[in-house]
Amino acid sequence: MNVTSSTVDSIIVIEASGSIDSKTAPEFERTAMAAVQGQKEVIIDLTNVEFLSSAGLRVLLMIYRQVKAKSGKVVLVGTSEEIQDIMANTGFLSFFSTADTMQEGIDILKAA
Amino acid sequence: MTESNRIDYYPTHEHEGIKFRRGHSLPFGATMVANGVNFSIFSSAATACTLVLFERGADQPFAEIPFPDEFRIGNVYSMTVFELDYERLEYGYRMDGPFDPGQGYRFDKSVILSDPYAKVIGGRDTWLAKPNWDNVYPYRSRLAFEDFDWENDHPLETPAEDLIVYEMHVRGFTQHPSSGVKNPGTFSAIRAKIPYLKELGINCIELLPIYEFDEWENSRPSPTTGEVLVNFWGYSTVNFFSPKAGYAATGKFGMQVDELKTLIKELHKNGIEVMLDVVFNHTAEGDQRGHTISFRGIDNKTYYMLTPEGYYFNFSGTGNTLNCNNPVVRNMVLDCLRYWAADYHIDGFRFDLASILGRSADGTPLSNPPLLESLAYDPILAKCKLVAEAWDAGGLYQVGSFPAYGRWAEWNGKYRDTMRKFLKGDPGLVSEMIQRLIGSPDMYSQRGPTASINFITCHDGFTLYDMFAYNNKHNEANGENNNDGANDNNSWNCGWEGETDDPDINFLRHKQLKNALTLLMVSQGVPMILMGDEVGRTQKGNNNTYCQDNELNWLDWSAKETNADIFNFARRIIRFRHDHPVLRSPVHFRYWDYVGSGYPDISFHGTKAWSVDQSASSRAFAFLLDGDHAKEGIVKDVMVYVAVNMYWEGLHFELPGLPAEKKWYLVSNTDVPAPNDSFDGGKEPLLENQHEFLVGARSTVVLIGK
Repeated sequence: MNVTSSTVDSIIVIEASGSIDSKTAPEFERTAMAAVQGQKEVIIDLTNVEFLSSAGLRVLLMIYRQVKAKSGKVVLVGTSEEIQDIMANTGFLSFFSTADTMQEGIDILKAA
Repeated sequence: MTESNRIDYYPTHEHEGIKFRRGHSLPFGATMVANGVNFSIFSSAATACTLVLFERGADQPFAEIPFPDEFRIGNVYSMTVFELDYERLEYGYRMDGPFDPGQGYRFDKSVILSDPYAKVIGGRDTWLAKPNWDNVYPYRSRLAFEDFDWENDHPLETPAEDLIVYEMHVRGFTQHPSSGVKNPGTFSAIRAKIPYLKELGINCIELLPIYEFDEWENSRPSPTTGEVLVNFWGYSTVNFFSPKAGYAATGKFGMQVDELKTLIKELHKNGIEVMLDVVFNHTAEGDQRGHTISFRGIDNKTYYMLTPEGYYFNFSGTGNTLNCNNPVVRNMVLDCLRYWAADYHIDGFRFDLASILGRSADGTPLSNPPLLESLAYDPILAKCKLVAEAWDAGGLYQVGSFPAYGRWAEWNGKYRDTMRKFLKGDPGLVSEMIQRLIGSPDMYSQRGPTASINFITCHDGFTLYDMFAYNNKHNEANGENNNDGANDNNSWNCGWEGETDDPDINFLRHKQLKNALTLLMVSQGVPMILMGDEVGRTQKGNNNTYCQDNELNWLDWSAKETNADIFNFARRIIRFRHDHPVLRSPVHFRYWDYVGSGYPDISFHGTKAWSVDQSASSRAFAFLLDGDHAKEGIVKDVMVYVAVNMYWEGLHFELPGLPAEKKWYLVSNTDVPAPNDSFDGGKEPLLENQHEFLVGARSTVVLIGK
């Protein structure tokens, strides 16, 4: 797992790759939570994420809760069909907007 | 204080590289704590206990840590182990102690035992995925995240009299290819079908057992088809705290807890309660020939009712009997139900063979059973519906007399039997029919109508369609030479055993289904419908489909179209019940006019108004509910008149007179082909003849006066 954060158009973009499970979730959490501190527009790019375990899903929800507390919004970009399916079945998907591409994600946030 | 400020954040012991320390005795089970997992387990007679840790799915454990004796407080072993991977961990125990069955001890330290308090069980993660039969530890205790985001959800606390219960099997509901869902047979698929449940109009689903069980238990080939017979129903609990992984689309990822909670949250959003059918009368360990999974190896004498010789009492008919009124077992049951109520927001529980819960350790029925009392007065369960199947396989039959403590309702077996006999045309039942239709005050005089769960069919027995298509059970596919299943079905095949092209017989069957649905929906008490009865589901005469993972149990969704007349009728008559509070009294009728409307709250009629024939040959009666008395006169409703004629010829019913400003309108008449057999609320046609109604042979008619 690898995780980076950057800023695009005042939007915080967190990009992860690999597998986010109980072993890697703490690092994902540390990086992501630090980056979204006080932010209202966040994109999490999951294009290169192969698997999200329960622990990984919980980090996404923690990010959501933190951003929501500032009345902000989180968009997931490039979520694979399998991950979307898992997220839908376990209820996590309902907290997020989803977009296929980064531009689409930016548009969703800017339209909000 | 931060976590690392706590002394118990740091280990004190090490075993083969695993760091641990003394744990906390409570809560029982495995609990995620700062930096580790706290394990705690009880055994009254073990001489030693070892914690066994596996990497998920591994053949052999990566560690076995004996509990140092100083970690035992009383009869409880506890230990906190550090730096475990919450998601990948599987754990179990070995218990050492005497093997002396005559004294009730069956310790065997060669067996790795599952934790009775585990929140997730691994090993049967996907329904019917072939297990490794040589697994050293087949049902593996695992950890669950208990931080689900419920947002503003809350159990619905629908008044019991307003419920319409739909008894459903998770897999059976959507496994049929016609369901058209993405993940057939799962919790997730039920969520996808919520629009259907709302269209039908039910507001509570009662799920057949969803505690982890092994569908492979006692599996064998069918003698008629050769396909594998399995434990489909699941009345054989492996663990009481864990949802069945094989019922979750995400079970293979270990996410069944979140998937089930998501389903419950979504059902609640749509006004639908969730009741669980819970099986606390026995476990999957069977008798002395069964596999040791957990309880037997941990504390056989505590968990099971044993004969003086150390054999298993078999009040459940399945080999063993859980020792429910032992104080330790009683606490486990209570902890379990509290967990499901608090952590899963479950709205109610239906207790399988609940009479066992009222027996003492030697099997004697107790007059004041501590477990039933504890459940009735428990603060967390205070708003949960508690429903007893008030009998057991040991001959105890308590319908009408189950120790209720003002809380317990019962599956009303007498309601079922009376309705069935009357529907097939048995004479002399009018007075009993009236009792059943008005909430069985003869049985529940103190407890009120909501003590009566009214049902005509349930998973156990014929479907409603088969009630009118078969005189006899046809259970050959179960492989027991048709010896299994009940023989006293009170069914009538309407003239031909099984499927037929005869339009008259088929019309009569549909009519009888509609009669049954009508009676159920106009009865005081709590109605329960069996999944699929609303579309005429058939089990081809099999009245004990516990082992059939196939079309005998899978709801065929195309029946909604092929039997559209039944579905539409069911939908309308359910809507009718919701629309009319006069059908849903929280208290028994008083049989007089206590609001000054000019009519008693309920009155009984027949072919002559104000006169009911209760003679031995009578098969017809009617009753009138006065809308001004709805909900004890608190709300206003219309007059509701129901005429029932199970005689083989039509009968003219004289209608009771209405106040001058009111007229009779037709809600339903099962004698008429669809679509004129029933009408949506507000579209009921005015009767041309306001004084008399010809109720057809074997028909029911519902009118409103407004």
